[in-house]
Formats: sequence, C-alpha cells, structure tokens
Amino acid sequence: MTPLSSAADEAGTGSAGEQPTGGDGDRPSDSTLQQLVEVLKAELGDAVVGSEVSGDDVWVRVEPGAWRQAAEACERRLDMDYFCFLSGIDWLDNPDLSGEKRWDPEGATPKGAEPAGEIDDEGDDQASEGTYGTGVAGGDTRFQMLARLYSTSRKIGVTLKADLDEADPRVASWVSVYRGADWHEREAWEMYGFTFDGHPGLRHLYLPGEFEGHPLRKDFPLLARELKPWPGLVDVEPIPGDESAEDEGDAKTLAAATDEGG
Amino acid sequence: MTLTTERQQSAYVSSQAADARVNIELETEGMTLNIGPQHPATHGTLRIVVRLDGEQVLWAEPVCGYMHRGYEKLCEVRTYPQVTTLVNRIDWLGHFANEVPFILAAEKLMEIEAPERAQWLRTVFFEMARIANVSLFLGDMGVQLGALTPVFYAFRDREYVLNLMEAVTGGRFHPNFDRIGGLKEDLPKGWVAEAKRVMTRVQSFCDQMEDLLMGNEIFDRRCRGIGVIPASVGLEYGMSGANIRASGVDWDLRRDEDSPLAWKHCDWKVWTHADGDAFARYWVRLQETREAAKIVVQLLDGLPSGPIQAKVPRIIKVPAGEAWAHTENPLGEMGYYVVSKGGLGPFRVKIRSASFNNISVIPWVLRGVFVPDVITILASLYFILGDIDR
Amino acid sequence: MTFAVELAYWQTTTIKVLVVLGVIPVAAIVLGYVFLLKMMSHMQSRLGPMEAGPHGTLQLVADGLKFIQKEDIFPDRSDRFVFGLAPVVVLMSTFLLYIVIPAGPRLVVEDLDTGVFFALAVSSLSVLGVLMAGWSSANKYSLIGALRAAGQLIAYELPLVLAVVGVVMQAGTMSLQGIVRAQSEGEIFGIGFLGNPFIFTQFVGFAVFLLAAQAELSQTPFDMPVAESELVAGFMTEYTGFRFLFFFMSEFGSAFALSAIGATLFLGGWHFPGIGGSLADVTGPLVLGAKVMLVAFFIFWFRFTFPRLREDQLQAVAWKYLIPISLANILVTGVLKVLF
Repeated sequence: MTPLSSAADEAGTGSAGEQPTGGDGDRPSDSTLQQLVEVLKAELGDAVVGSEVSGDDVWVRVEPGAWRQAAEACERRLDMDYFCFLSGIDWLDNPDLSGEKRWDPEGATPKGAEPAGEIDDEGDDQASEGTYGTGVAGGDTRFQMLARLYSTSRKIGVTLKADLDEADPRVASWVSVYRGADWHEREAWEMYGFTFDGHPGLRHLYLPGEFEGHPLRKDFPLLARELKPWPGLVDVEPIPGDESAEDEGDAKTLAAATDEGG
Repeated sequence: MTLTTERQQSAYVSSQAADARVNIELETEGMTLNIGPQHPATHGTLRIVVRLDGEQVLWAEPVCGYMHRGYEKLCEVRTYPQVTTLVNRIDWLGHFANEVPFILAAEKLMEIEAPERAQWLRTVFFEMARIANVSLFLGDMGVQLGALTPVFYAFRDREYVLNLMEAVTGGRFHPNFDRIGGLKEDLPKGWVAEAKRVMTRVQSFCDQMEDLLMGNEIFDRRCRGIGVIPASVGLEYGMSGANIRASGVDWDLRRDEDSPLAWKHCDWKVWTHADGDAFARYWVRLQETREAAKIVVQLLDGLPSGPIQAKVPRIIKVPAGEAWAHTENPLGEMGYYVVSKGGLGPFRVKIRSASFNNISVIPWVLRGVFVPDVITILASLYFILGDIDR
Repeated sequence: MTFAVELAYWQTTTIKVLVVLGVIPVAAIVLGYVFLLKMMSHMQSRLGPMEAGPHGTLQLVADGLKFIQKEDIFPDRSDRFVFGLAPVVVLMSTFLLYIVIPAGPRLVVEDLDTGVFFALAVSSLSVLGVLMAGWSSANKYSLIGALRAAGQLIAYELPLVLAVVGVVMQAGTMSLQGIVRAQSEGEIFGIGFLGNPFIFTQFVGFAVFLLAAQAELSQTPFDMPVAESELVAGFMTEYTGFRFLFFFMSEFGSAFALSAIGATLFLGGWHFPGIGGSLADVTGPLVLGAKVMLVAFFIFWFRFTFPRLREDQLQAVAWKYLIPISLANILVTGVLKVLF
C-alpha cells in the first residue's frame, strides 16, 4: 500500500492553520471532530477500521457491512441531517486514466511508453492485487465507497468510506436513511458497478438503458484519449526562449501597487 | 433489485404508476405526458415523465442524462489548471463560481494560499456570478408563469454584470480566470467605479422585480403554498442553497464555513423564509441578489492592494492526498472531492453539484399537483441543466 | 343600404365579402405590428424588428410570406381532414364577427336586428376549431390545450353575454347600429354634447366585458390554452406554415373584432360628437379604428404585464366574481331603467 496518508496529513493541517480567524463562522475545533470519531467508534465498535482528522475535515472508514449503520449513527447521534453526496473511488492505477500523467521534459510521452517514474513505478502493473495506492483513512481493496454527510445545526461534516470487494462490490443502500441517496446510488451503480442492497430500483440515471460497462472505472477506456494523446502535454511544454520566466516563477504582481512578488 | 434492460425499467415505471393509482376514488384512464426533453419549461434537456389524471399529477419521474458530459472522467485526464475550463461549464450561468471550490481544494492540497487581494477579488467575481445567475431566475420565473416582460429586464441588467466580467476576464460565460494561488489578471483601470455603478443598477433591478412580479396578485396566488418542501425532507434529499433557506434552514456556507474568501469581511445577512413554497424560494433569491450586490460594493470599497498571485511552480504538481472544498454557489452547495496521487492531474474528482440534489426531490414534491404548478415548482427550484448532468 | 349606384345583389355581396376578407389581414397586421411587435418590445426595453420596412413596419408581411412558403406538415398520426379543417373553422368565426360591426351609418355588411347576439354567438364558434385542432393533432399538449380552451369558453361566455345585457337594456335594441344610435342621440343629465357613451353608465359592464374578452381571446392572464411555458403552444403545437398563419390571423383578427364590438357597445362606435349624416360614413371607420386601438391597447397591455392564472383560479374568477358582478349590474340597470 502506498503510504499516502502521511502526505494527506501535511496537506490537511496546512489549510487549517493558515485560516485567518475572526470570521463569524463557528469552525469546529479538532477536539469536536475527534469527539465525532469517538461517537462513531462507540456506536459501530470494530466496524470503524480507520479514521483521520486533519484540519476541518474528518474521514471515517467503516466495514462495508456496517455501511448503513454508519449512516444511521450519523443521522441519529450526530445530527447529520444533510445528505451531501455519495460516490465511489476506483484505486486502480492506470497510467492512461489515473490522472497521474507526469510531464516528461524531453517532450510528449509517446503513448504506451514507460512514464518517467517519480512517485511510484506500479503504474503499468495494473492487475496486481493489493497494490492499490489508497488515500486518507486507508483502504485495502480496489473499490471504495465515498460519501459525505453534514449537520446543518452543528456545521460539521464527515466523509465516510468503505472498502468494497472487487469481484462483487456490494453494500447496503442508504435510501431508507437518506432519501436523497437514491439518485447518487443509481449513479454509482452505473458509473462503478456497485450494487446497493435494498435500493428501490437501481436503473440507469445518466446513461442510456442499453449502455454496457462502468465509465468511471479506471479500466474503462476514454475513447477520446485512445484516438488522440493527452492534450495536457502540449500545454506544459516549455516556451522556447522563456527560461528566465520559468526561474522567476509565475508570480504576477500588481503593476500599480506594491511590488513585493508572490 | 437491478433493472438493466429497457423493458425492466418500463415495467418498474408502470408498477409505480399502479401504486399511485390505488388511492384514487374515481379511477379514469390516465395519460403519460413527457415534459421535455425539449420543452420551454425545462430550459435545457431535462425530461420529466408525469402521469396525469386530468391535469393532476399522479407521479413524476425526472429523466436526466441527455447532456451528460462525463466531467468526472474528463477531469482525470487533465492537468489541474485545465480543469477550470471544464468546470466552468457545469453551472453555465454561475460561471466563475464553479471554478472557486476546485481551486480551493487544489490549494488545500498544495498548502498554498492566494494573496489577500486575490481572495477579495475572487469573492467579488463569485458574487457577480451569483448576480448573473440569480437575476436571470428572477425574470425567468415570470416567463414560466406567463409574464413575458420581467425576463427582458433581467437580461438587460444582467448584461452589465457580464460586461464587467468580460472586461476583467475576457469571457462572458466561461471566464476560466481562477488560478491555483490567485487570479490570472488584475482589474483593468476604472473597473471599480463602473462595478459600483452596476451594483446600483442591480439593486434597482431587484426593486423593480419586487414591484413588478413579486407584488403581483396573480404571481402571489400562483406561488403561495405551491410546492411546499419541509426542511427535514429538503435536507434529506440534499437540497441546499436558497432552496433550503426558503424552507427555514439558516445555513449558508459563506457564513458558516471558514472559507479563505472574503465574505467574513463584509456586513451582510443570510435570509431565510419559513414557508418553503415557491414564493419563499423566489423571495429568498431576490434578497440574496441584493445581498450579493451589497457584498460586492463593500469588497470593492475595502479592496486591499498587493499581488494577485502567490508564488507557484510553473508546472503545477499537487501532492498526494484528498481534499474536500465546497462553497455556497448560486444554485446551492457545490463541492469538489479531489483525490491526488501526486501527478499533474487529479486522480479522481467527485463533483457535487447543487442542482442534482435539488432536482432529486421532484418525484416527492410533484405528487398531486396540477400541470401549471409543475412548471411553477420546476421554475422555483431553479436548476441549470449542466449542473444536473455535469 | 342605399348606394348612389344601384348594384345587383351579387355585386354588393361580392364587394362585402372582399372587404371583410381584406379587413381581417389588415387588422391582424395593424394590431400585430403596433402592439405585439412594437408596444411589447418597447415595454421590454428593446426595439423589436427594425429591418423590414421603415421601423420594421413590413415585418409581419414578410412573416406572412414566409409562412405561406413553408411546407405544409401533417403529423404522422393526425386526423388529416380535421387537422386541415381546424384553422379554417377558427378563421371562419373571426370572419363572421366582422359582418355585424358597423363602421358608419351605412357602412355595415349586414345590420342584423340581433347583432349583439349574433356576434357573441359566432365568436364562440372558434372553440370548435380549437377543439378540432387539439384533438386531431395527436399530441397531448394540443389536447390539454384544447380542453382548457373549451372549459375557458364555457366559463367566460356567460360574463361576456351578461355584461352586454346591461347595454342592450339601456339601448332597448340588440342591433349594433341601434346601440350606436342610442349612444349618439342620448344625453347625460341633459347634456347632449357628447352623446351618451355607455361606458359612463355601464362602466361595470365595460370592465367585465374587457376581462371576459381577454379570456375569450386567450390572452394573458387567461392564456392557458396556449400557455407556452407549460403546453409549448397548446392546440397550435403541431401547426406550421399557412395553417399556423390562419391561427395567428384569427387571433389578432378576433382581438380587433372584439375590441370593435367593445368600442361599439361602450364607447359609441363610429360616432364622434358633432359629426353626423353622410360625413360620418367617411369619418366613421377612422373614429371606430381609433376607439378599437384604445380598447386593444388595454387588452395587450394586460397581456404583456400579468402572469397567467391557473386553470382553477381562472374558473374561480369567472364563476365567483365576474358572473355575480354582471348579474348585479343587470339588476341595478333594470331598477334604474324603471325608475328613470
């Protein structure tokens, strides 16, 4: 497993510390968020397999079997009355579609070529089990549920995660807890192929009825990219004769005002 | 239960119809009416299948996806700066406001903070996008109810706001102006004075709408008590923004979240309405437009000087991690859940758009209303199709 | 009718038919241009069409020519015969309205003794065409629109007739010429200078008449049959080309005709104070035209200003307010008529 959690730690804490205070927003302190995790742990017991509090965000990863209980606990014990979203993540590394395109200073990476490895080299090794680089609050499998709830009275939100089985991604539906989950689960069903037990009618939401495949899975080819290489490479090519600009960075300064740089 | 084939789906839909019909005393053969995908009231290609008994709706089922563009997938094959070009087109009337939460998420991951002036200007443009978006609603609601004239006033006064956006960004609808670490450019000369003049216009436009439409007896009768959504139901469906504030929930991310943007420096008010009906939604949006204009003027008065762009690497690589950033967009809560693996582009972007959730309440709220009220309710929920289909 | 030159019956008939046939498109174009294109545009802070002719005056002529050139489309599953006939029926009812409207002492196609009755009767014929159009289009929006139109007609025919009853009682005749004469020869409290336009004594009737006419013409706030944000274009949804043009002409032709009837009943018709005899035959059409524009102005002003009512609210307005008010008006008129 790629240790992304530590990186996320740094990422998260930064944003909190730098916030100027004095706004009338009553931002929850770390202890309230920690308390929130404790409540969930007390409610769900061992089903909470991972949690993370950083900045004003909190992640809780639960067992897939406790997915609905987690929502119920959030609704009853934590006043999470607002259903924000529900979706999924596919942690499969697919260099063509993983968003991990690395810029190769020598020029555009030819399609299919080995990318210049900076972060990890498991990009090409798509099928190898158990090597998915998962993110905050950890994860063991390829698919992960991702959902967010919010409390409009306490102004705190929680991001819930659950690992799903790769062969048969299946989890209990939230529709009985949050009616708004209906459409989101339909979307996750067609986009990722997750099955939601107890959903009143899983059917296509966006895609036509006879559509085959699950487009947001990383192994679903994006046809436009098959035909034409990644257009982003063109964008980051160094402009000839513009090396000095590169050294200075791109700090734009206000011409009229103070000239302090970035 | 999974319904894969068209046939199973239609069987499901008709079984729902049968359920809805059980409770009707005098059963007549109903009629299924397709409102949309091409229909004046859906301003876009939303389709709503309604089962009618006379003019009364037995059940309604929205069908979306006619304009699904797969932005979540497309974001995965683009670099971070390129994503703003895409997300501009989600809520195409609230253009700039779409870019902000994504940029905030990326900045959160990169631990960069834009300079003070950039944050203030972001807020200014954000509120201008709100005015450009909501003012059209204020007029369009009239058209949906049959009053032709207000929408032309809306287009007229919205034009000034768009001109301002164009003067700064070069784009009227798709500014693509927000950058990680700041903004692309500073304001042109004379812009501040012009913007303040335009905000006066916006205020008088709001007065005009209040006079012309909201004060109208017929408008009142068409909207009061129509499409009442209780707060608990609205929240359960994930309704946000003015729609939920019109149901009496005092919740505005601009005030309640500690955002780096500059709302906290202004004196403004979050308006709520207790009724939860179409009229309340119109009323709340009207007040919000006024507040937005007030915010813009206050921000322009106190605009700090300084750089508008923090120092960022020329090639933007975002450290691995996950971040959630959301803002109070014109249509409601818009958020981006960005997963980065350290590359040039995001690994996964979950776009949480407001209209998608706002519209999912339709089957609940349309049951038992009349056909003209369908239009009133759809108009008052105010969705942008791009915000549903993404 | 006595002309200086005695014409054979068929000759006068032909002339009358041609005049009426000519008047309808002209009336439709004048109302369409002045109110739909220009007044509405200026109210909405825009210019409207400016290119065809000076200030866009020929725009509707160009539109008409365009409509005629267009393909005549029948929906696949429509009842072709009824579908084709419907616009003609609608236009026919407009055509018949013009027969009884007097434009001068001798300028009337047929001065029927029961002119008012005839006019109100034929004006409701149009709903037959609307129902035909809605049913034959094989379109659900058309059908809903047509049924709404039928419901609306039943509701608003009554106040329209009841509003006119007061005028008929006061004039003592149902002939439109007779009503104009009664207004021109009448006097208000002994002052005979203005004549006695019934708007002064029958202002309640006039208000009810205007509202009911608005509904009869399916103009906003009573435009449920065509409600474009709900029913796309109601019963006209499937129509294209010259058949749509027929509906359009009929809409504005009827607006003109009902305005003319309103002007005749309440504003003194072709009569202008101080002008009488054969001179009135020359000034009559102009005076009537001016009064028609005044009435039509109100109709279109309402149309561009108000949102539309819902179907049940529309029925409530008719049955709960307009009909009782007009009945009370008749009662008061009758009492006063007996007293004075």
